[in-house]
Amino acid sequence: MTAVQDQPATVDAPASVEVQRAFPPPWLRRVGSWFLSLYAGLGLLYLFVPIAVIVAFSFNAEDSTYNIEWDGFTFDNWADPFAEQGLVDALVLSLKIAAIATAAAVVLGGLVALALTRYRFQGSGFVNLFLVLPLTTPEIVLGASLASLFIARTYPSPVPDSRGFDAVLIAHIMFCVSFVSLTVKARLRGFDWTLEDAAMDLGAGPVRTFLKVTFPLMIPGILAAALLSFALSLDDFIITLFNAGDQTTFPIYIYGAAQRAIPPQIQVLSSMILFASVAILVTGTLIGRRREAAATR
Amino acid sequence: MADDTVIGIEKVSKRFGGFVAVHEADFAIARGKFFSMLGPSGCGKTTTLRMIAGFEQTTSGRITLEGKDVSRVPPYKRNVNTVFQHYALFPHMSVFDNVAFGPRSRRTGREEVSKRVRELLDVVRLSQFAERKPGQLSGGQQQRVALARALVNYPSALLLDEPLGALDLKLRQAMQLELKRIQREVGITFVYVTHDQEEALTMSDRIAVMNEGHVEQIASPEEIYDKPASVFVAGFIGVANLLRVTVDSVNGEQATVKFPDDTRVSASSAGASFAIGSPATLMLRPERIRLSMTEPSTKGARLGASVAQLTFQGPLVRTELRTSDGSEIVAHIGPDDDLPALRPNDQVWLTWDEDAARLLPIADERLGGEAREIEEIGQVHFARSDA
Repeated sequence: MTAVQDQPATVDAPASVEVQRAFPPPWLRRVGSWFLSLYAGLGLLYLFVPIAVIVAFSFNAEDSTYNIEWDGFTFDNWADPFAEQGLVDALVLSLKIAAIATAAAVVLGGLVALALTRYRFQGSGFVNLFLVLPLTTPEIVLGASLASLFIARTYPSPVPDSRGFDAVLIAHIMFCVSFVSLTVKARLRGFDWTLEDAAMDLGAGPVRTFLKVTFPLMIPGILAAALLSFALSLDDFIITLFNAGDQTTFPIYIYGAAQRAIPPQIQVLSSMILFASVAILVTGTLIGRRREAAATR
Repeated sequence: MADDTVIGIEKVSKRFGGFVAVHEADFAIARGKFFSMLGPSGCGKTTTLRMIAGFEQTTSGRITLEGKDVSRVPPYKRNVNTVFQHYALFPHMSVFDNVAFGPRSRRTGREEVSKRVRELLDVVRLSQFAERKPGQLSGGQQQRVALARALVNYPSALLLDEPLGALDLKLRQAMQLELKRIQREVGITFVYVTHDQEEALTMSDRIAVMNEGHVEQIASPEEIYDKPASVFVAGFIGVANLLRVTVDSVNGEQATVKFPDDTRVSASSAGASFAIGSPATLMLRPERIRLSMTEPSTKGARLGASVAQLTFQGPLVRTELRTSDGSEIVAHIGPDDDLPALRPNDQVWLTWDEDAARLLPIADERLGGEAREIEEIGQVHFARSDA
């Protein structure tokens, strides 16, 4: 009798496990995974449709002044991407600003990141706060206050208004420094500082230690930060508009053009920038993968 | 100081804020020796090593290297090299470039660099891995690269900071022998930091046992084990019975002590002075204790006890005993000890040779509960920015 009474207890346990496994039932799980795919697909569609439209309309044989109706497929726009002189000038200006701003921001922001991760010093908390400030302040506020700064500067100076190329550059360097230092800082978080001890221990002075050990290991973080800040500078509109003065950057040109007519070259150049970014991204990923494979071989 | 001194530690203290990590360490390390600093984490051994390397500055006292004061010399101008706990190999350089980093930093000619690197990779038996990156090597191989990299500059002394801590037991034991072999082969002074007493006993010519910033004893492994200078050393190295006794009489290096139940035994009191009537600690190694069922007929030390617990541990049986006053004693019984099977609560007699019992000053509470803090300071990197 006792043996029989013991039985249910031992049988019960696997049964309850069975019940847990039975939920959700297979059909519901199938529906769930189908729904998840649909949901994810819609999400991707939402992200990519605008980009696809830009690329598609770069091939549009446009009739109207506004390049918004599909009038037939053509390669003409791509054959002559630099037809609009104003657009090309604006793009060159933007690339120039982005290049200088990135170079300056990488040096300044990289050093800030190094100082903040390497040492604890009085006021490092404040520096951290100041770094985040340009990212959290609405661009419109930043742009407007910078504009008033650059106009206000005219009082002692003979120039009536100091907005223009230099002002845009200064503004871009300012917010790029924030992005660079935060990106590099995140990459440096796991850095093994005993490597520096090891280099010094082996007879390398501070300069050689930095050039041969610290800096080479920072390069991936710096590259990521440089790409980010280049992209941010290239497409910044609000802050730039406030401070550009008589300068016309790529975003400002497009904004202006959209008021009157949209030449298909805008889509062509935009697509080019898009493809260039994708190419950089893919190369970066491939190099990273090959390195990883080499490291674990 | 003798001519064969490579590193001199002269009344060196190190404070981090209000905390004393090392207190007036004062000793010399002889040329060509395998010297270990042994102690629990936070005893100041790593801090001492980092001061020798130059990563930390002394708060007071001075450090000499080959007779010259290097207390304020930066690490890259000191002719000592370090093997770090987690190797600190440069991940972006090949094994060859890692090892070549030292001589290249010292502007050695290209051919000389290549010759020396090959030679050292030969010593650590890694010649065929010269072109690999550290990430492609096993832990033991990385360890050997770190060793070659630190030895390639022909330093006056090699500093090793718990270098085997990250390896598993089997590999650790193999590397212990390997380290000893390499040390003999290159003849360079090794200064080895470890918390593993077995490791220190296996490899060292001399051991400095440290506790809470103080050097408790510096001696050969045999002496440290057989003649510990303090209760801490006795308890930290191997297993020791530490019994509370009262000093009854002292005669030269021999003392007679009294247990609470008035049993008197004699013990060696060499190396310390004891006041008659004062409390002291009697140390007995478990393997020096013999057990018998009947009261021994011979003269000499004896103590009655009852068996509390027996644990079979392969080569020996660990026997826990309780004396009439309640103190616990552990004895190790080997297979050759001719004893009838013991059972808990059996009454037995303990005897030991006169030289097996050592009298030690009772432990003093020097620094109290601060020991735990050093561990953090020793390992956290921004200690330097405080300095």
